[in-house]
Amino acid sequence: MINSGLKALSQNLADRKISSVELTRAYLERIDAHNGAVNAFITVDAEASLAQAKAADARIALGDAKPLTGIPIAHKDIWCAKGWRTTCASRMLENFRAPYDAHVIERFNEAGAVILGKTNMDEFAMGSSNETSWFGPVKNPWDQERVPGGSSGGSAAAVAAALTPAATGTDTGGSIRQPASLCGVSGLKPTYGLVSRYGMIAFASSLDQGGPLARTAEDLALLLDVMVNFDPRDSTSLDRPEEDYSRMLEAPLNGLRIGLPREYFGDGISGDVRTAVEAAIDEYRKLGATTVEVGLPASELSVPAYYVIAPAEASSNLSRFDGVRYGFRAEEYTDLLDMYCKTRAQGFGAEVKRRILIGTYVLSHGYYDAYYLQAQRIRRLIARDFSQAFEQCDVIMSPTSPSTAFGLGARMTDPVQMYLSDIFTLAANLAGLPGMSIPCGLDSAGLPVGLQIIGNYFSEARMLNIGHLYQRQTDWATRMSPVAAS
Amino acid sequence: MDWEIVIGLETHAQLSTRSKIFSGASTAFGSPPNTQACAVDIALPGVLPVLNIDAVGKAIRFGIAVGATVNRRSVFARKNYFYPDLPKGYQISQYETPVVEGGQVAIQLDGVEKIIHLTRAHLEEDAGKSLHEDFHGMTGIDLNRAGTPLLEIVTEPDMRSAEEAVEYAKTLHALVRWIDICDGNMQEGSFRCDANVSVRKRGSDQLGTRREIKNLNSFRFLQQAIEYEARWQIEHLEEGGKIQQATVLFDPDSGQTRLMRTKEDAHDYRYFPDPDLLPLEIDDAWLERTREDMPELPAVRRQRYQNELGLSAQDTVLLVSDRETADYFEATLAAISTGDRAAAAKLTANWINGELAAALNRAELELPASPVSASALAGLISRVIDKTLSSKLAKEVFDGLWSGAGSADEIIDKRGLRQISDSGAIEKLVDEVIGANEQQVADYLGGKQKAFNSLVGQVMKASKGKANPAQVNEILKQKLDKR
Repeated sequence: MINSGLKALSQNLADRKISSVELTRAYLERIDAHNGAVNAFITVDAEASLAQAKAADARIALGDAKPLTGIPIAHKDIWCAKGWRTTCASRMLENFRAPYDAHVIERFNEAGAVILGKTNMDEFAMGSSNETSWFGPVKNPWDQERVPGGSSGGSAAAVAAALTPAATGTDTGGSIRQPASLCGVSGLKPTYGLVSRYGMIAFASSLDQGGPLARTAEDLALLLDVMVNFDPRDSTSLDRPEEDYSRMLEAPLNGLRIGLPREYFGDGISGDVRTAVEAAIDEYRKLGATTVEVGLPASELSVPAYYVIAPAEASSNLSRFDGVRYGFRAEEYTDLLDMYCKTRAQGFGAEVKRRILIGTYVLSHGYYDAYYLQAQRIRRLIARDFSQAFEQCDVIMSPTSPSTAFGLGARMTDPVQMYLSDIFTLAANLAGLPGMSIPCGLDSAGLPVGLQIIGNYFSEARMLNIGHLYQRQTDWATRMSPVAAS
Repeated sequence: MDWEIVIGLETHAQLSTRSKIFSGASTAFGSPPNTQACAVDIALPGVLPVLNIDAVGKAIRFGIAVGATVNRRSVFARKNYFYPDLPKGYQISQYETPVVEGGQVAIQLDGVEKIIHLTRAHLEEDAGKSLHEDFHGMTGIDLNRAGTPLLEIVTEPDMRSAEEAVEYAKTLHALVRWIDICDGNMQEGSFRCDANVSVRKRGSDQLGTRREIKNLNSFRFLQQAIEYEARWQIEHLEEGGKIQQATVLFDPDSGQTRLMRTKEDAHDYRYFPDPDLLPLEIDDAWLERTREDMPELPAVRRQRYQNELGLSAQDTVLLVSDRETADYFEATLAAISTGDRAAAAKLTANWINGELAAALNRAELELPASPVSASALAGLISRVIDKTLSSKLAKEVFDGLWSGAGSADEIIDKRGLRQISDSGAIEKLVDEVIGANEQQVADYLGGKQKAFNSLVGQVMKASKGKANPAQVNEILKQKLDKR
């Protein structure tokens, strides 16, 4: 049962083959047994989870169940969940208990899902390896000497280790797709504006977007049905007609035009990654798709543009963590300025401080035009590249990450090398486009490779269809990490 | 040396919306600390701002009222700085593209009109309050005010004296109340000014270096602060000093301004567009709807009162000092059916600007709380016009109206105050007075004009004030002259 997809779990719950309490308890036991090895969860509250599971069972008994009723879901510790400690993996919020629910949490609660726990992440979602967490690094369930990717590393690792059937994440520059790739799971970042950011602790507001992680595209569709919802409390939330994201899952792929950006298949991709991605594209040709080479010339500017815009917004978003109203405050200080300085020096980790410094610098008087405005211009160029490419193709495919999971600590001393981990994922955030990563092979060390699929705005249902048919044709999505198998 | 003072004002007008500019919390004044601060106002992790459309509507009203450009697209920006009563660590304001640009306000000073040009008006949120007393060396933070909508109205450096600045501030204060966007309560901080003051040698077209006086919350302080500051700058320059651009505070107790910070330690606010808010779009329909909903503006009404009713500039300035007064004036005038319009208007203006204003002042009441309604006052004025009441007795009737003794007619009847215009009755009274005052009659006939006045007074007294004074004069004169 632990290895079932959401649809099967839902069916089993409906058929009363298992209760939500039993299912939740089974996952809690797995977390108990294996979280020590992977450190995927920051907070588990069995009592709260089981209370929700009990309520779900009552709802199922009343015949009032929805597809996710009774199913445990782990949430990245960036979402505020009422009564739950919500830390953003920072010392700054180590003991912060959210007094309200994020919109996404409300949606899962309404759907009758069970909050299984809060997953580890890079501090304030800043990182690509999940090593910047105040609560220690997450270990990759495929190889515990390696990173799971980040920043939604805890969510990806929890799914990969079968500590949860599914999880939520957030993606600012690849934070769902890159860890999904490195952990061999499926993850989707929707079109910017589809998932409400209300209650999601902000990193870079114009790029942040919540999304699901699970084993398969089919599961992602069920999760997306719950997560995508107009929310007037988020001014960037889009008011669109409700969609059934599973409706196109089985649609044939005949005639699908896949764009292959030449800039994403150049040097710098590991050989094994290239081989696996090319094999996946061959599989799509067998399914009736055609491929076309496209150009995304501005994409090479993604990294510099992203590392101006994201830190700029972050530097301002994180100003509220000042020790005045909630969260961490330094124990000793002489005056107000000293309180601010010590609180933020002690409360934030090195990577967060680095980005606050970069962001403060690029917004400073005299630099704003040269950095921030220039980066915004690049952002428009990147979006224009995509819209031109989508005249020639329906989706774009590439590796999600240039390499498979790297060793713990390997890139911590070299931020630029670390930032390049997201080189293929950043552009979708800058353009606001939906992006997905699905497992498409293993490298010679037995580590998962991810295929990135970038679609046009609001084409999530089609992307899931593309992912799903591939996953029916191949077994990469069902390969188990050693932890999941134990 | 002859110096010219140059002043520009930045006014923060609190917009009278029910809820805050980016949250649903109430804006009501005076609640216990932090009881009107919701999750958004205290900047909990994960919360987001949602623009209050009502605040935008009020900004549009202002733009229309001052003949400004209402930008079809404006942008909210973050102004970043740390302060304990600024929960997010930034204030949401507008920077490069404000909602309102340009426009002007006409002021009247000593009967001369002067145009003060506006640079812009932009929407922003207020901060909370830091309370430095009663916390045993610590600072208390009250976030009730955090997120209250403000319209910051910025002028060009068009004013040349403290009087002009005060007149502009008063005119603006009346205008924002008139168009119903701000309650204008200065004690509660709903309307406060920063003054940018510089001086230069008269005839120079270069602006001097300015110093900004922060947070002046009364017209008197505005006047005192500018006067002190300008004097200080002139003395400083005459002693050979230079002015450094700076922000200063005015201390009402000492009447002096003192340095807060110089330009060197000014904040770099790192403005950038707020990614949590979409650009503010205002379409023609919204603008048109707002335009149709606008009240007639004070300047237009003043012109109308002068042109159509023949009132003097002096009268009309007072009548349009706020909308309540102007509406009261019109309601009163409309309820007077007798007599010539111009005469009725003049009489009504006199009563409102005179007796009524004085009575309200004595009772410390605002016009809307006046015990004398417009129709009650009209009843009184009608009786003056048709000569039922002498002006002296009219004051007594007014006092009756004020104390709730009934309508003018009821009071007149109850107290028998109807003016005696019956010549026979007056002749009888005059004869009696002449008969009883031989000496004064003789004095008058001997050329003492004062004696005549005394006789009139006696007739009036004998009539208990009810005799028509004009008739008394006439009849008395006739009778005495016959002798």
